[in-house]
Amino acid sequence: MTGQTTTVAPRETISPFAKVRDIVLSSPIVMVATALLAIIVLAAIFAPWIVPHDPVRLTPSVRLKPPNEEYWLGTDAFGRDLFSRIITGGRISLVIGVGAAIAAVAAGLLLGLLAGYIRWMDALLMRMVDGLMAIPNVLLAIAIVSLWGASLWTVLFAITIPEVPRVVRLVRSVVLSAREEPYVEAAIAAGSSTWLIMRRHLVPNTVAPLIIQGTYICASAILTEAILSFLGAGINPETPSWGNIMAEGRIYFQINPGIVLWPGLVVSVAILSINLLGDAVRDALDPRMAQRGIDR
Amino acid sequence: MFGYILQRLLAAIPVMGFVALFVFLLLRLTPGDPAAIIAGDTATPEQLEAIRDSLGLNDPFFVQFFNWIGQLLQGDFGTSILSGKPVIELIQARMEPTISLALTTIILSVVIAVPLGVIAAWKHGTLIDRFVMLLSVVGFSVPVFVIGYLMISLFSMQLNWFPVQGFRPIGDGLGPFLQRIALPTFTLTLLYIALIARITRTSMLEILGDDYIRTARAKGLPESRVLMRHALRNCSVPIITVIGIGFALIISGVVVTESVFNLPGLGRLTVDAVLARDYPVIQAVILLASLIYVVINLLIDIAYVLLDPRIRYS
Repeated sequence: MTGQTTTVAPRETISPFAKVRDIVLSSPIVMVATALLAIIVLAAIFAPWIVPHDPVRLTPSVRLKPPNEEYWLGTDAFGRDLFSRIITGGRISLVIGVGAAIAAVAAGLLLGLLAGYIRWMDALLMRMVDGLMAIPNVLLAIAIVSLWGASLWTVLFAITIPEVPRVVRLVRSVVLSAREEPYVEAAIAAGSSTWLIMRRHLVPNTVAPLIIQGTYICASAILTEAILSFLGAGINPETPSWGNIMAEGRIYFQINPGIVLWPGLVVSVAILSINLLGDAVRDALDPRMAQRGIDR
Repeated sequence: MFGYILQRLLAAIPVMGFVALFVFLLLRLTPGDPAAIIAGDTATPEQLEAIRDSLGLNDPFFVQFFNWIGQLLQGDFGTSILSGKPVIELIQARMEPTISLALTTIILSVVIAVPLGVIAAWKHGTLIDRFVMLLSVVGFSVPVFVIGYLMISLFSMQLNWFPVQGFRPIGDGLGPFLQRIALPTFTLTLLYIALIARITRTSMLEILGDDYIRTARAKGLPESRVLMRHALRNCSVPIITVIGIGFALIISGVVVTESVFNLPGLGRLTVDAVLARDYPVIQAVILLASLIYVVINLLIDIAYVLLDPRIRYS
């Protein structure tokens, strides 16, 4: 948008900062959600410096202790501090959430532009998208992880792939309506290249819906990661992640339910906050967007 | 109308074709020898050679693919690495708990979610509306297994109302069946309620603003009749649609719920297969789940014509 050849008519601009502030302050629920999410994210980022105990050190003498002054949420079956593990576990979940959102939006944007603008690709791409959507996302992710092994990259890939079809559909629908606009027809008539039309006229239309969809994908990816780890098809069980902590706590649920329920609470609060923020952004950017197919 | 049904039927074939191609590619694109993956870690070189033979790994790519499709169409889904039995037998043995759970969930969700959505739209902007909206966001945000463990903790461990785990077929009597399927159903229902209540509310809101609703009210119809007869009926298409789309969600949810409550269904089968890297089983479950999804959505496409006489298809 900032090329020398571009002449943009002056328009009213609100600074992005003010926009974000307005969204956050739009309701008390959104304010609480933002605050909780900020705490979880900051705690995850600074985890190595703030955890009270080493999250992976085994201390057999304090196995399965209930919450006490030294171990705030108690310890797991190997005597590791649950509180430190939950804080550290957020790092994997958040990396996967953000990574999957960026990757799915990028892939979906590219394929959606192709499907929406280049006629002969549309039928082919949309059949592929229909096929992918027919496979339940957890099953698809399980299959990928069980074949390719459980590295961080495989899990990220396995979680991203099932999210792409919805982005493709969204971008395609935006492009299909935008290409009928007079300014796109004018650009075609003026002989602009396909690449230029996409970049300058079509992509900007997709930005707002993609920001919203990206938020939902982030939440959904964190959920899927937790489910995969819980089922034993997630990243290496040695690495503390919210799903892994809960998976290990399953056997001891009757003895110390906290090992499952505390990480469960944190992951739920994180996902809930991201979803609520997504709803607030949607309402702020375009109240009618909900009806245009942007939904979970 | 028969032309329309035929057209939908034909459109479903390429979708399933792409699912099959995807599942096929997934195995072939995996680094290493597909035969070794199919055979598992304990296979002897002779077994490997036999599997290579049966997979036709020396044939050209498309010959392999269409041979495989041919086998699938004859009901040959391969052999499980873990148990050595034909995959199709394993699946048949595990169908009942899964189908039971999916059906009880759909029924209970619709019974709860549709009235919730209607009331939320009718009392738009009130506390009830906000509660329903919040409930639906929560339903999307809390992992199914966390809900499951909360249920176990509350209803089984504290209150002792339900057994913690297990499954009894409906043939053993309705009582024992319901007692064991209740908690898994409640668990999964919350997720599905979120989906259905949300779409019911959105479409009701749109329709309640229409002129004919005002007319119906103006001519003095009781409010219940306006809501049920005039508004809800016109929402049936989006609601039915989301029930179909949400079916993929239910299948994912069933896999998780079954492993929380130890139900011996397809989900348990899949999870055990993942732990043993039993790819033939995983592959078959994916194909089956997708087939069911496609068939259900096909039926829903056909139901549109019956539900909404305004929709005419050529």
